[in-house]
Amino acid sequence: MTQLAVGPPGFRNRPALRRRRTRSAIFVGLLIAAVVVAVGVLAWVLIYVAIQGVAALNLGFLTQTPPGNPASAGGGFYNGIIGSLIVVGIAALIGIPLGIGAAIYLVEYGRGRLADTIRFFNDVLIGVPTIVTGAFIYAIWVTRFGFSGFAGSLALAIVMLPLVTRTTEEMLRLVPNELREGSLALGATRSQTVMRVCIPTALPGIITGAMLAVARAMGETAPLLLTALGNDLFTEYNPAKRMSTLSLQIFDNAVTGFQESQGRAWAGALTLIAIVLIFTFVARFFGRRVRTSND
Amino acid sequence: MPPPASEGGGIAASTVRLSPILLKRDRPRIADRIFGTGVTAMGGIVLVLIAAMIIFLVLEGLPAMQHYGFFSFITASRWTPSTAQPNVSHPNPYGILQFIYGTMLTSIIGMIIAVPLAVGAALVITEVAPQRIKGPLSGLVDLLAAVPSVVYGFWGIFALIPAIKPIVDFLTTTLGTVPVIGVAFQGPFFGVSYFSAGLVLAIMVLPIIAAVCREVFRSTPRNEKEAALALGATRWEMIRIAVLPRARSGIVGASLLGLGRALGETIAVTMVIGNAVLHINGSIFSQGATMSSVIANEFTEATEPFHLSALFVVGFWLLIVALVVNIIARLVVRRGVAL
Repeated sequence: MTQLAVGPPGFRNRPALRRRRTRSAIFVGLLIAAVVVAVGVLAWVLIYVAIQGVAALNLGFLTQTPPGNPASAGGGFYNGIIGSLIVVGIAALIGIPLGIGAAIYLVEYGRGRLADTIRFFNDVLIGVPTIVTGAFIYAIWVTRFGFSGFAGSLALAIVMLPLVTRTTEEMLRLVPNELREGSLALGATRSQTVMRVCIPTALPGIITGAMLAVARAMGETAPLLLTALGNDLFTEYNPAKRMSTLSLQIFDNAVTGFQESQGRAWAGALTLIAIVLIFTFVARFFGRRVRTSND
Repeated sequence: MPPPASEGGGIAASTVRLSPILLKRDRPRIADRIFGTGVTAMGGIVLVLIAAMIIFLVLEGLPAMQHYGFFSFITASRWTPSTAQPNVSHPNPYGILQFIYGTMLTSIIGMIIAVPLAVGAALVITEVAPQRIKGPLSGLVDLLAAVPSVVYGFWGIFALIPAIKPIVDFLTTTLGTVPVIGVAFQGPFFGVSYFSAGLVLAIMVLPIIAAVCREVFRSTPRNEKEAALALGATRWEMIRIAVLPRARSGIVGASLLGLGRALGETIAVTMVIGNAVLHINGSIFSQGATMSSVIANEFTEATEPFHLSALFVVGFWLLIVALVVNIIARLVVRRGVAL
C-alpha cells in the first residue's frame, strides 16, 4: 500500500498510522488463520482417511462381501458399492427429471404467488433434515411394502429434488431472452422452445447441478437407515429387497469395535470419498466450461 | 401474404389446403398444454412433499401423542422405552426435552466455532487473497461440504477425539473446578460428548456459511471499497467500513442456514455424542443425545409399546424446529446459494 503514503515528509512514520497498520496486519492475520484452519481440517480429514483406507484397501475389498464374523479379516464392501450405485441410480432417475421439470416451471411458466411460494419452499426443503425424510418414506412406503433399496431411492430422490431444482433454475435464468424470443418468432411452441432451445443451452450447468446432487446422495446415510436398512449377507441386485449401501456399511462397520471391521470401514470411507470427489470435480469441470462459454 | 415466387410451389400448395395445417398446429398446441401442466405439477410436488411430511409424521406419532398427551413429551427429560407399558400413560417414559437440549447445545457449540471461521475464510477469499488463489481457495473450502457425514463421524471418533482429549482434560481440571460456571466444563471426559459433536458440526456447517457469506461480501459495491482505500484506510479498515456493515443481515442469514443444517445433522453426531438418553447433562464434555441421533439409533430396534410412535414424535418436533429455522433463514437471505 505504499502508493497511499502521500503527504508531508515523515507521514509514513506517524505513530497513529503505524498503529493502524499494525492493527490491520493483526486482523488480516486472524482472517488468514481462519482459512488456514478450514483448509487444514480438510487436509487432516482427507489425509487421515487416505492413510487408514489405503492400509485396508485391496482387490478383495472391491469384489467380495463382508465375512460373516465381523471380527475376521478379509472380505469387502462389494454389495454396498453395488447397492449405492443401484439406490442412487434409481434416486437420480426420479429426482433429476422432477427437479428439472420444477425448475422449468419456475423459470418458463411460473408467475405470481404460486411460483414464489414454490421457490421459497424448495429452498426450505433443502434444509429439511434427511433423517426426517427417511422417517417420512418409512411412514408412507416401508410400513406398506417393507424395507427396500427402492424405499432408499425414494428418500434420496427427495434429498436430490430441491438441489437439482435450485441449480437448474439458476442455469435456465442465464439463458438469454433473445434465444427464447427468436425461437417463438420462428413459430416454435413454448414447450419446443424450452426443450430444444433453453434446456440445451443450459445443459452443462444442469449436468453440473445434477452431478453435485448425485454426489450428495452418495454420501447420505441417515435416511437409508430407515429405508434401505442394509444387508451384509449377500449381494442384492433387486431394489425391491432390503439393500446395503457403501455409506450404511461404513457406519455399521465403524461402530462395531472390531479392528478388522474398522479397517474395512476405512477402506469404504476412502472409496466413498473418492467417488464423491470424482463426481464433484467432474461437475466443476462442466461448471467451468459453462462459465467460460458465456464470457 | 403470398410466398415469394423463388420459394417454389410447395409452400403455395400447402397454403391452399388449410385443414392439414390446422391439424399440424393443433397437435403441438395440445402437447404444449400437457407440457405446461406437467412442469407445473412437478413444481407443485415441493409443496405436496412438505405438507405430506408434516401430516405423515403426525399420523405416525398420533398413537403416542394420544396415549401420553401432546405436551408431556417436551416437559419430560427421561427416555426409558424399557419402562413403557401399554396401559400406563403417566409418567411419560418418552421425554424428549434432553434431545431438544442436545440438539440446541451441539448446534450452538458448532455455530460459535464455525461462524467466525466461516466469515474469516469468506473475507480472505473475497477481499484479502491474491486474485490467482481466490478460486482454488474457495474450491477447497467448498470441498469441506463434499465429505460425507459418515466419514466426518468416523474421523471424529478416531482422529479428532484423541487430538482434543489432552486439551479437554486440561479444561476439566481447570475451568471445571471454577465455582458456578465449572458445572458446564466438568469431567470426566470420555471422548464422545456434546462438545465433540459440536466440533464436528462446526466443520460440517463451515463451508455452508462461508459460501453464503462469500456471495454477500462479493455484492459490496467496488467503488465503496476503492473509496475507503483511497481515503487512506488500511485493508482491515476497508473491510470494517465498506464490507461488513452492508453484510450484517447476510451473515445472520448465512449463520441461520448453517444452524438449520446443524440441527438436522444425524450420522456424524450419532457417532460422536455417546447417545446417553436418560437425562440432561449440564457439562458440555459429558455424553448426550440429539433429536436426530435418537431416531437413527433406535428406529429399527423400537420394539417397546409406543416406542416407534414416540420416535415419530421426536421426528415431528425436529421437522418443526428445522422448518422454522430454515424459513427465518430464507426470509433473511432471500436468495443465497444452493447448498
